[in-house]
Amino acid sequence: MNIFDMTIHQLHSALKEKQLSSVEATTAMLARIKAVEPQVGSFITLTPEQALTDAASADIRIAAGKAGVLTGIPLALKDIFLTEGIRTTCGSRILENFIPPYSATSWEKLKDQGAVLLGKLNQDEFAMGSSNESSAYGITRNPWDTSCIPGGSSGGSAAAVAAGEAIATLGTDTGGSIRQPASHCGCVGLKPTYGRVSRYGVIAYASSLDQVGPLTRDVADCAIMLGAIAGHDPKDSTSVDTPVPDYTASLTTGVKGLKIGLPKEYFIAGLDPEVQVAMDAAIETYRRLGAEFVDISLPHTDYAVATYYLIATAEASSNLARYDGVRFGHRAEANCLLDMYGKSRSEGFGAEVKRRIMLGTYALSSGYYDAYYVKAQKVRTLIMNDFMAAFANVDVMLTPVAPTPAFKIGEKINDPLQMYLSDIFTIPVNLAGTCAMSLPAGFSAGGLPIGLQLIGKPFGEETLLQAGYAFEQVTEWHSRKATI
Amino acid sequence: MKMTTADVEYVARLARLELTAGEKELFAGQMDAILGYVEKLKGVDTDGIIPTSHAVPMENSFREDIVCPSIGLEKALANAPERAGSFFAVPKVIE
Repeated sequence: MNIFDMTIHQLHSALKEKQLSSVEATTAMLARIKAVEPQVGSFITLTPEQALTDAASADIRIAAGKAGVLTGIPLALKDIFLTEGIRTTCGSRILENFIPPYSATSWEKLKDQGAVLLGKLNQDEFAMGSSNESSAYGITRNPWDTSCIPGGSSGGSAAAVAAGEAIATLGTDTGGSIRQPASHCGCVGLKPTYGRVSRYGVIAYASSLDQVGPLTRDVADCAIMLGAIAGHDPKDSTSVDTPVPDYTASLTTGVKGLKIGLPKEYFIAGLDPEVQVAMDAAIETYRRLGAEFVDISLPHTDYAVATYYLIATAEASSNLARYDGVRFGHRAEANCLLDMYGKSRSEGFGAEVKRRIMLGTYALSSGYYDAYYVKAQKVRTLIMNDFMAAFANVDVMLTPVAPTPAFKIGEKINDPLQMYLSDIFTIPVNLAGTCAMSLPAGFSAGGLPIGLQLIGKPFGEETLLQAGYAFEQVTEWHSRKATI
Repeated sequence: MKMTTADVEYVARLARLELTAGEKELFAGQMDAILGYVEKLKGVDTDGIIPTSHAVPMENSFREDIVCPSIGLEKALANAPERAGSFFAVPKVIE
């Protein structure tokens, strides 16, 4: 087996059994990156020297018998995570030369376990996009078909896992930005419950929706990564102080008697027939495993995209006010302060970011605040209520992740509304604040992966992982490799 | 509704963005389409519904008022586009 195709648990065993050193594994990963990166373009910044130094330290730790499951494992991070001393761009020109003075808590936690950092991954600028095409650092291609997008905004995080450029990665999910690229690239991707993982040191897009999560090759790896990053952080007052279960210990629980809801609003006429076929097969698989299906309704689903594009853009317009050219980031030449703000921001931000700042500013502006922003917040309440009511009767929900497999590069770039609508099945989960996971569940005739979404109750990640694990034991979708 | 380039200019000024004529034209059309789409929320009855600003029910999050070390002057200023001693320098604000 190729080192670059291994899972965390496989590589961990190999390291522990001394079949391999972390330096050897890391060297193999760097060679793989060199070989496929020209076709995929997952990375914005590579950190090979750092990686080999980290790997050498990990090997010392392994030799001393002090290895954790992530010790010596080569990982990569979406370029939205602050990494002290390592350039962090968030996919934007405005942060082209930004060297963070501290690191994100989630990365600190992985580093403390001895994880190895291969580099920083490409993404849509400020996590605004569904295709990775809004990055200021070039596009990332889908490893399964390089004429297609990898999804977004954590497109580099998904493509790197699928192309063998990292054993696992971290991404962020504001409206589907982990699950949709995971679905399009055939990875496992988990968006935890809001508050489960610290957002400290993660560049903010929409603070009431953003959440950090892993993209991995299987569910066991996803459980390992979530367990490593979850938990309360005094530096993020929105992180929740509830105990973190041992997600790996309960993976084999099974789904016998599990009540799975099928929200009728997610199985609509516009659904791609190949996606429908994959969902039907997944439902049949779960039925065979002993799960029970319940038809449910989330009546306000149709309003989720509109609600999201008011709330997320409003929060973004406020969060991105900090990029003013004063303390960090790009500064344009100007004679007065106001000109400096305007010129710095206009030179530094790309079109999608400007568009969302404009929409958010409009939604918050005098005369429109109640009609747009407050109205959206009220509809958000109704969307949350839909989920809570449905979860009174079911343990999890099963839906598609995206209405279609990955689309072509350039296909939706000139029609933002069509691009936004591709997130129709993932957005409601962020508005409700609960957790959801994308699992490989099939392929299109054209060879593109199709993902299945499992939605859990707030802090119900354990149940999601159990259900995902059970599915993986009787299917082989997750073990297929992209030929690149 | 119809988003005009004048509306776009007004919002751009609030957002501290300087847009080219081409961008104004483009954004007017695109924002018009998006705002047209979100109009559908008007059809939802939200009488008596409390707005949600945060997904997890949470009280204020307090911590002990203890002095802790901060990142320090040099780190804080390391990314400054321009500095003057221990300050961030900016173009003249008042003539």
